[in-house]
Parts: sequence; structure tokens; C-alpha cells
Amino acid sequence: MSETTHATPGATDAETDATEGRVYNVAGGDWDEVVTNDEERTSNEKIVVNMGPQHPSTHGVLRLILTLDGETVTDARASIGYLHTGIEKNMEFRTWTQGSTFVTRCDYLMPLFNEAAYCMSVERLLGIEGKIPERAKLIRVLLLELNRISSHLGGIGPFGMELGATTIFLQGLRMREYILDIFETFTGLRMNHAFIRPGGVAQDLPPGGLEQVRDFLRKSVGWMHDLRNLVDANPVFKARTEGIAYLDLEGCMALGVTGPMLRATGLPWDLRKSQPYLDYETYEFDVPTVDTCDAYGRYLVRMAEIEESLRIIKQAIDRLQDRASLPNDPWLIQDAKIGWPARLSLGPDGLGPSPEHIAHIMGQSMEALIHHFKLVTEGFRVPAGQAYVPIESPKGELACHIVSDGGTRPYRAHMRDPSFHHMQAVSVLCEGGNLADVIPAIASIDPVIGGVDR
Amino acid sequence: MSTPPGGDETPAEETENLPARLGEERLEAPVVRTGLFGVHGTPDTSGYGHLQVRQRPAIASEPPYGGYFDAVAQSLGSALTADGSSFGEAIERVVVDRGELTFHVRRAHLLAVADKLLHDPALRFEIFSGVSGVHYPDEAGRELSAVYHLASITHNRRLRLEVRTPDSDRHIPSVTSVYPAASWHERETWDFFGIIFDGHPALTRIEMPDDWLGHPQRKDYPLGGIPVEYRGTKVPPPDERRSYS
Repeated sequence: MSETTHATPGATDAETDATEGRVYNVAGGDWDEVVTNDEERTSNEKIVVNMGPQHPSTHGVLRLILTLDGETVTDARASIGYLHTGIEKNMEFRTWTQGSTFVTRCDYLMPLFNEAAYCMSVERLLGIEGKIPERAKLIRVLLLELNRISSHLGGIGPFGMELGATTIFLQGLRMREYILDIFETFTGLRMNHAFIRPGGVAQDLPPGGLEQVRDFLRKSVGWMHDLRNLVDANPVFKARTEGIAYLDLEGCMALGVTGPMLRATGLPWDLRKSQPYLDYETYEFDVPTVDTCDAYGRYLVRMAEIEESLRIIKQAIDRLQDRASLPNDPWLIQDAKIGWPARLSLGPDGLGPSPEHIAHIMGQSMEALIHHFKLVTEGFRVPAGQAYVPIESPKGELACHIVSDGGTRPYRAHMRDPSFHHMQAVSVLCEGGNLADVIPAIASIDPVIGGVDR
Repeated sequence: MSTPPGGDETPAEETENLPARLGEERLEAPVVRTGLFGVHGTPDTSGYGHLQVRQRPAIASEPPYGGYFDAVAQSLGSALTADGSSFGEAIERVVVDRGELTFHVRRAHLLAVADKLLHDPALRFEIFSGVSGVHYPDEAGRELSAVYHLASITHNRRLRLEVRTPDSDRHIPSVTSVYPAASWHERETWDFFGIIFDGHPALTRIEMPDDWLGHPQRKDYPLGGIPVEYRGTKVPPPDERRSYS
């Protein structure tokens, strides 16, 4: 154990203690030494503990400042900003299409939701909400629901690991891995896809894509069964989560909390039902709720939502299958002034613009060449105004507040990220509880610091 | 109808019979920005540089607003009147654009409006979704804007409030006493735009380090702004780089 002071160089221990109390740097199991050497000072004093920003169970670089009275947390403060990368500022210097590439990196466990929220705001500003092709909407719903599952699994799996159960983690990640494989088939990447674009999606379904999703649906039944069998009634898991991080409806309302945390208080508020977008009103699914208001209830809600998402995916791929025989079913808006012109195709030297498109713009259509040139260099203009289109992300209400001044790049883009908003609830969830309960409390919010800090 | 560019020889009676050109009236607005990436004085190699962006028109909608918007405006009006204020006194203008309702609130009345929006049974905007700052350096006397997004679960409605403040006096009352969830959002808006929310319990920086100078998302703050230090070398900030290589 080393006992050091972080105050003015040259200051004596007594001076430092007078200003900020004694500072202990403790790692691992050195507490015994502190207690035996300094019993008088530690027995009746409050201890301020810095948890993070590099603590493995804080979901990234989150720093918690906990005031402890024995084992009880009397004061919990979250400090964020360690992963701030200026995504919103950067977007102001790139075109509207490139914005998709930035927002996807916000909350990296739900990249497609960020893209969808951003693109739907841009589409509202462009006034093309009614012109998005049916196929694009179906592909979006399919990918969003897959992403909802992978995000929930990315929340539940590490939740188990933070409680000390690596099996939950591995079970969760096994299923998530398969979804990431599907994403790779559909978008080319496992994360940071930039696949959903203003006006539609970047590419059509790949050959064999739907079959892969069907295969996933078949396997997921067993995987979900395994996971629920392992966790749902697990006495250790329940002991760590039941009655922990209690936040009732009143608390949720005061803090503006949405998503699984709100539904764990029994209120079936889901934007897919209450303010439908992407034709969610035509899908058959339920909004699962429980009324336990605790970390265990949030786990149950997430698991039930995965099952509902599987139902939606089934309906989406059936509809896509029905449309498979349609000739020229577009997946990007049929507006030469907005839709990205180049089609990608896999050539012998890798992925690139398709030879047909190159032949078309170079040899057949001057108009197409002009549109291609304008869209790729300058981008499209978006009429002045502002828009805010909220969607139901795995973590709660996600939206992008977009302001345009009529130019070819966002004047201001602000991601309203649910993780950022819900981190405000940390104090309410943790204070008065045990130090050990801080971990399930944070995990039950399911924050992703990439989204919190942007 | 204004004279079409290049066709100034056409007599007025003949111009009447020409087809209207879409968006032509926008050409009368002054140009507020040129160039694609806002970079001047250095050879910008990254794209088209002759873009002109004109000043956006200030839209104001007149009633009826359509949908539930009229009900919201009426309920808010009567709630404010009962309190000795009035709708016209508190709300500068109403904008209904692309299916979204925006109230431009005079900042002195923000707290009263927020209080009514949350507590009046006919309004009940329970969910506070966030504050988003916007900086309009060209609009003198109303440069900084704080945009609030509210949602009502009871009535399934949405509403946006916008409050403007001059850059020389960047004060807006904090709504944390009404909506506790505004706390971090107001800190973020202070951090990025320098808007001071009076009455906030602890208005400190949230994303940037405590000792950071400046408010990075203002338009007068360049992209990057500081040199990038990496392994002993210094790379100039993006806005000062001579090339993008």
C-alpha cells in the first residue's frame, strides 16, 4: 500500500489532511493494512471512493464518485466526458450523407438506431418521409430489431459478468455474435455500419441474407431457452438484483426516464406503439412490462423484448420474401437529387461502384453524371428548419435534433441519447444502498459511454 | 415576382406570363455563408467551394395550427391567463413546421410556461427529453438558442420550446426546479454554447475538462481548435492545416 498526497507539493501531511482529508491509494486487497494501521481514523469517517474511469464494471470510461459510510453509499455522483469525441461538431463539417457515418459511432451497441434516428430527422426536413420505398422500411425494421436484440444481449451478458457469472456473458455473446455476422452479411461491417442513409438504405439485401436470418431465428429459440433457464430463476442472480436499484413510476417521470426502465414500472410506453414510425403499427407485437421497478424487472423486460423482436423479425422477413419477385423494387428513394447514385458491387478487386453504373454515367446519361458529381462532391441541400424524430431504441427514447440552414451540411445536429439522460438517475438508484449494489444498478441502466459522451 | 437572373430585359407585363420558378423568392435573402466547409484563406481541397447559403426565413404560423396543436396552445393560454400572464406575453411566436409544433418562449416567461406545461391537467408534458443549444451568430441580438423537447405520455403529444438569448447577455432561467431531468442537459448546453442557466444547482462543465477554455460547439469556435499532441509531435488543428494529407 502506498499512502500519498495529491495536494500542493511540499505540503505536509497535516496540511493536506486539513484541506481534503487523508488520501489513500489502495489497490486490490490492501484494505486490511489501512484499517489496522489507521483504525482510529477509518472507523467513524466517511470515505470517498473513486470508481473508474477505468473500472471494468462501469460499462466503459465512466467515473463514479461514491461517498461511503461503511458499506452504505450515502452519495453517488457520476462523472462523464472521458469519451467525448466531438461527434456533433464534426458533423457540422461534413455532408448530410456523411452524417450517418458519425452518428453510428455514438452508442456503439446500437449503431443502426443512431443512424435511423438521424436519417429520419433528415428525411422529415427534406419532406420525403412519404417517399421512402417500402423495401427500405422493411430492411430498416429488420436490422433495427436485430440490433435491438444484440444491444439487449450486450447489456444482459456483461451484466452477468459484472456479477461474477461468466456463463451468462458467454451465452449472451454467443447469440449476439450471430447477429453481428448477419450485420456483416447485410452491411459489410459488424458495427459502425453507416448503412441507413437519408432516403433509404445503402444496399439491397445480399444473396442468402434472408436465409441467414431464418437460420438465426431457428437457433435463437434454443439460445433464449438456455439463457432464461440459466438466469430467470437463478437464486444468486435474483439475490443480487431483486429490490435493487428501485425506481418507481414517479421517479421515472421526474427524471424523464424511458425505455426498459420505465416499462419495468408497469407503464407500457413504447414509441413503436404510441407514435409509430416505419409502419410499426402494421406489425404484431406486444409491449412487455413488469411492475417490480428494480434491476431484476429491467432484466425481465429486456428478455421479453428480445422475444417480441424475434416476432417482428419473422414478420419482416416474410414481407421481404413476398416482395422478392417484384421487379425493380428500390431500397433507396427514387429521387436523383437525393439518393446516393453509385451502386456498390463486389468485383474481383473488392467492393466498389458497379460497372453498370460507371457505364451509365460515363457513356449514356449526362444528367446522371451531373447528379453523381453534385451529390458526391457537394451533397444535397436540405431546406432550412429543424426536426426531431424520436424512435424507441433498446435503451429508451433516442432522437436526433437536426437544424438546417438550407445548406449541404447540418447546421447543428444533437443526439438525444437515452444513456446520457438515464445516467442522471445513478444517484437516485445507488444512494442508500450497498456498495456492491452499485454494479447491478449501473448495469440495469445499460449505459454505453460512447452514447453518453458522444 | 423578382427579375430572373440574366433576363432583365423582359418587360414587366411579359414576366407575368412566364412560369414561376421554384424557390426564386429565396434568392432575395442575403447570403450568410459561402463555401462548403467554412474554410477560408487556405486551399480547401476537399470539395466544392462556391456554395451560397442564404439567410433562413423566420416562419411564424397563425392559428388554427391543426391537430392537437390548437388544444395545446389554448390550454397553455388559459393556464397562463389564470396566472395573470397571457399567451401572447409569454410566447413570442408559434411555428408549425413539418408536423412539429414549436413555441418561441420569451426567456423571462420560460419557468412559468414550463410549470404550466408539466402541471396543468390539460397539458401534462411529463417527459423532458432534453436541451439542445444552437448558435446563430448572424441573428444579432438573439444569437443563442436553447431548444427544449417535451413529450406528454398522458395525451401522447410532443412539443418543442425555443428560447433565444443575446450573446452579450447569455442568461436563461434553469428549468431544473420544474424538470429535474434538465440538469445534465443544461450543463451540456453551458459546456458547449456558454449559455448560463440561472438557478441551476451546479452549472459545471460536463463533457469537456473543467479547465477548458471556450465553448466548442459555438460557430465562432473552430473545428478542433487546439493542436493535436501525439507521441511528442504536434499536428495543427484541422482548421489550420494546409492540406488534408
